[in-house]
Amino acid sequence: MNREYEIVVGLEVHVELKTKTKIFCSCSTEFGAEPNTQVCPGCAGFPGTLPVLNRKVVEYGIKTGLALNCEIAEMSRFDRKNYFYPDLPKAYQISQFYMPICKNGYLDIEVDGAKKRIGITRAHLEEDAGKLVHQGTITSTEYSLVDLNRGGMGLLEIVSEPDIRSAQEARAYLEKLRAVLLFAGVSDCKMQEGSLRCDANVSVRPRGQKELGTRVEIKNLNSFRALEKSIEYEASRQINAIEDGEELFQETRTWDEEKQVTRAMRSKEDAEDYRYFPDPDLAPVYVSQEWIAEVSASMPELPDQARQRLVNDCGLPDYDASILTLTPATLKFFDEAVTEYNQPKIVSNWIMGELNRLLNVNNMEIEDSRLVPGEMVKLLKLIDAGTISGKIAKTVFEEMFSTGKEPEQIIKEKGLVQISDEDTLKAMIDDIVAANPKVVEDYKNGKEKAFGFFVGQLMKATRGQANPAIVNKLLQERLSRE
Amino acid sequence: MALTIKKVEHLAILSRLTLTDEEKESFARQMSDILEYADKLNQLDTENIEPMVYILPALNVFREDEVIPSTPREELLANASVAEDGYFKVPKIL
Repeated sequence: MNREYEIVVGLEVHVELKTKTKIFCSCSTEFGAEPNTQVCPGCAGFPGTLPVLNRKVVEYGIKTGLALNCEIAEMSRFDRKNYFYPDLPKAYQISQFYMPICKNGYLDIEVDGAKKRIGITRAHLEEDAGKLVHQGTITSTEYSLVDLNRGGMGLLEIVSEPDIRSAQEARAYLEKLRAVLLFAGVSDCKMQEGSLRCDANVSVRPRGQKELGTRVEIKNLNSFRALEKSIEYEASRQINAIEDGEELFQETRTWDEEKQVTRAMRSKEDAEDYRYFPDPDLAPVYVSQEWIAEVSASMPELPDQARQRLVNDCGLPDYDASILTLTPATLKFFDEAVTEYNQPKIVSNWIMGELNRLLNVNNMEIEDSRLVPGEMVKLLKLIDAGTISGKIAKTVFEEMFSTGKEPEQIIKEKGLVQISDEDTLKAMIDDIVAANPKVVEDYKNGKEKAFGFFVGQLMKATRGQANPAIVNKLLQERLSRE
Repeated sequence: MALTIKKVEHLAILSRLTLTDEEKESFARQMSDILEYADKLNQLDTENIEPMVYILPALNVFREDEVIPSTPREELLANASVAEDGYFKVPKIL
């Protein structure tokens, strides 16, 4: 990246709210239903139907606003955003354009230990559009199929200030925002299912310049990785264009995951013209101080508070606390384990190490795993009791993770119990020492490695099941007699 | 307040309408008349008056978050010009 330029990014994030029904009708929002089975005349845009606002959607809007340090508007209302597209049967989307429910908030993020505050311009409620299914590829298709199940689901669009200065900051912002929304319990935030979607506004400017450069909007960012990669790509594309003396123009581009490039989507001539106006079908929304207080009182612990608690009450390093508070499910796992096994750092090490490793390898979230905190605690207690070594415990843990079996059962079935019996180990050590006179010589000549060789041989002979502490002790004794 | 032919063409694109030249001219005239008529309202002094966005003195017209069964799919799709495999079928969109 050219150091002469500064990247400026603002993010628009859409989250699907976790209500049981859609925003303006009583159709179910359950994910994965057969196409067009969660649709009524209202969300299909039939003439003569009227929208009625879901109270819960407003409540979640207030809740999110409070969690993002926003001002909650006493009065907000809905407008019509007009455009023609088959995923929008009414030919307008109901959205809060002029008077959003939340304004002027912020989110604190951290990149490489440096803290930064990102402003949140606004967060407004709106309805989602349906889904288009293309036959064949998008270019070869003859026609499209429309599924309106998603149409009319309640969304909150959260718009950040252009305070973000790098792809890493953008990622940190989105990760933190996701954590806050998950903790507040307002959305599932599953990027792969589309309940969390992100568009990035990217521009560049020479360092020191006050005015913002020409802004490009990137759509179709379906993962944290896509967000990071697309910003990096787009920024260098813009810098190269400027360096080559080309003129940049405001446009919408899409992220091509396969080729890892951004591509132009709409031409200038189709400049957006949504002709917003207040929707006469919907009464304004009035949020009283009492309502705000009520929602505020029901606010669960948020990521930053939880992080503080883990540092102050559990004595964890701040880094551990930051990882354990990325999702409420991770924190819950930790909290439950610590209730039964009061050694927070050991629990944290296992979650951040083995558990996260297995989750990553299997591309899973902690809540999808069959492993429960109580079982992990059993395993930790078996290590403490000397039944198994820490090394063997990792094997057992992996087995627990994939089968959901109890640790005792796995240890028994696989014959993994640690060998701590001194006589048994002594006999084995005698054999190994007798079989390797040259290494014994090396050891006596001060070669440290030789000791490790014997430990290795013994572990090999016992398939890793020898108690390492006892092996060390016995081996020291035995070799000192040589 | 005369509406230009260019503006009518823009509106036609936004409305997905194909207009003949005569239609463009006659719509430009008619729409100009409408705007001119509505423009009379601008003569009123609305300096200290809150814009009215909703005609009823109502606020917070809500429903509870309770599921009501949706329309059976056959009934819903019966209104589609073309349906296929439980979907509405539309011309290809890029």
